[in-house]
Amino acid sequence: MSQGAPLRLHVPEPTGRPGRETDFSYLHISRAGEVRRPPLEASPADTADLAYTLVRVLDDEGRAVGPWVPEADAALLRRGLVAMMKTRAFDARMLIAQRQKKISFYMQCLGEEAIATGHALALQQGDMCFPTYRQQGLLLARDDVSMVGMICELMSNERDPLKGRQLPVCYSMKRAGFFSVSGNLATQFIQAVGWGMASAIKGDTRIASGWIGDGATAESDFHTALTFAHVYRAPVILNVVNNQWAISTFQAIAGGEATTFAARGVGCGIASLRVDGNDFLAVLAASRWAAARARGNLGPTLIEWVTYRAGAHSTSDDPSRYRPADDWAHFPLGDPIPRLAQHLIGIGAWSQQEHEETQAKLEAEVNAALKEAERYGSLADGHLAGAATMFEDVYKDMPAHLKRQREQMQAGVVS
Amino acid sequence: MTAMTMIQALRSAMDVMLERDDNVVIYGQDVGYFGGVFRCTEGLQAKYGRSRVFDAPISEGGIVGSAIGMGAYGLRPVVEVQFADYFYPAYDQIVSEAARLRFRSAGDFSAPITIRMPCGGGIYGGQTHSQSPEALFTHVCGVRTVMPSNPRDAKGLLIASIENDDPVIFLEPKRLYNGPFDGHHDRPLISWSAHPLGEVPEGYYTVPLESAKVFRPGADLTVISYGTMVFVSEAAAQETGIDAEIIDLRSLWPLDLETLVASVRKTGRCVIVHEATRTSGFGAELTALVQEHCFHHLEAPIERVTGWDTPYPHAQEWAYFPGPARVGAAFRRVMEN
Repeated sequence: MSQGAPLRLHVPEPTGRPGRETDFSYLHISRAGEVRRPPLEASPADTADLAYTLVRVLDDEGRAVGPWVPEADAALLRRGLVAMMKTRAFDARMLIAQRQKKISFYMQCLGEEAIATGHALALQQGDMCFPTYRQQGLLLARDDVSMVGMICELMSNERDPLKGRQLPVCYSMKRAGFFSVSGNLATQFIQAVGWGMASAIKGDTRIASGWIGDGATAESDFHTALTFAHVYRAPVILNVVNNQWAISTFQAIAGGEATTFAARGVGCGIASLRVDGNDFLAVLAASRWAAARARGNLGPTLIEWVTYRAGAHSTSDDPSRYRPADDWAHFPLGDPIPRLAQHLIGIGAWSQQEHEETQAKLEAEVNAALKEAERYGSLADGHLAGAATMFEDVYKDMPAHLKRQREQMQAGVVS
Repeated sequence: MTAMTMIQALRSAMDVMLERDDNVVIYGQDVGYFGGVFRCTEGLQAKYGRSRVFDAPISEGGIVGSAIGMGAYGLRPVVEVQFADYFYPAYDQIVSEAARLRFRSAGDFSAPITIRMPCGGGIYGGQTHSQSPEALFTHVCGVRTVMPSNPRDAKGLLIASIENDDPVIFLEPKRLYNGPFDGHHDRPLISWSAHPLGEVPEGYYTVPLESAKVFRPGADLTVISYGTMVFVSEAAAQETGIDAEIIDLRSLWPLDLETLVASVRKTGRCVIVHEATRTSGFGAELTALVQEHCFHHLEAPIERVTGWDTPYPHAQEWAYFPGPARVGAAFRRVMEN
């Protein structure tokens, strides 16, 4: 019996580590305008090439080029830019608020603002998103969502719509098409498919949009979501936000090495796109394409959004311990905000002065919202939903054992 | 009234609810065209169509997870896990999602779903066709756990569970699907048609949740049980001549504490019987509740008769299954005190 070389376990590593630059050549980046736009009724197998290329609209000069240029007037694009800037201003202020101990915890979406805000503008009233904890842009892109209400959730104060039951960032806003965020990763991906199936069962016209990060695609619910979406041709958009990092873990450990997350969709018989997540126009166009397919009974679409998690994973994380400090500056797809601003300036629909004025106005808006939310209390000052409310909503009607426990707690509180 | 097996009664409950509520949908593995491996959904797809009753991929996590999404939309899904032994891949969706959705969203969303699972042993099912995992659900705040012991309760409890706005784990003792079983495996099978509880109303009715039933009134001791063990306990009472008051819990959690407490305070003695393994089983919670609420009325230590703390064996089925001899011996021990 011949003996070969000893077997070796392969453990993927990022090229960049603290003090060593990342080699981003693993990303497979296409030129703007280069990737074709298939017809809406394209079969999933006919999107195989799109799972390994990158849909991009904005070129290095900020010009919109190629078949994916969306029909969008300057007003809509300006709205998108403001939504991104608002999301970033909100994150920046909440990060400081956490450092000031006004809130216990926070998670930014720095660098990923285009994806959620662009997607939000491609959906219709009544559609339901099943977000992760990094899609606050879905809320902040909407004019009917109160920033004060969001901050009250972050502060767990007496106006917190979730009554202090959830960690900061785990928003829930049914009327804004924003499903309750869970700490358990990937669970909402299959729930989005179920929501879409329900809409189809009832002959409705609303669609669902599920969200997941690159790391969480390794969870089993990612697989169940793709299988069910494919089997039942569910009207759902399956968004994979590939920001390259799952806390400290590079996307190669999630299964991204030498392949793409979009390719998983094709393998499951789902039309799939791989899109520049920092290109607002590409986000808008791809989201609309997927929404139109879903609404047209043409089935689900999986979109891998290629982006970069520019900030720390959370306020409890220090990325300088596992990746280069200046990594974002080298990320080849840049920053979504200046990229869209450059485009708008190029078409005469924006100016540097307007940018600065808008930035100042948004910062003032966030500051005012924070100030107002602080009036309703915080964890620190104890202005919270009363302790007795923790026994509510466990069941629709409070069972006898919870009534007893509530009485016991109250007896303990007063004695 | 019509004579029905438990299978027919469960099917009738689903038929009634599919008819009454357009938002009820039924799916699971082999549930659609084929009508279920136990025939519980036979004919329902033909009657209501594939968009109401359909087959699902073999994915318990996917079945429960998609049902939660449907519930969030506003449907009332009734899904099946083929054997309770196979619910484990769905545990994250049950515990982290279905059970918590109303609470964590402060009522913004809820999961009005029913998860049916055939459970229990006594059928030579071996390790993965015999388990009784109820304690893994009763420990989870936000879900309801229900188990019927006969066709009449099965239909009424299933309708009540489907109508309930909380997530319900509906455990069906498959040993009782075709007839009552008292643990005497060496005797001929009995059919539900020969039992009064096999007489089931045709149309809509409910058996309320959180309501236990005094299955057999008695004066000597109280037996707290559910599922197959109700009949085993009844046989043990007859064979020992001990006048046991047998309570069929029906709703395991939240439960009907008043009925238990009233009975134990009357008899002063208590035996708890379940098929599931002993340690940290649901019997431990029942023991604690009886001890807390009936301490001054107790004349003997509370006994538990349960499955052993082993995986469910194949060849040693009847040495594992807590039959009437073991239950009867516990009755005698408790009466001797």
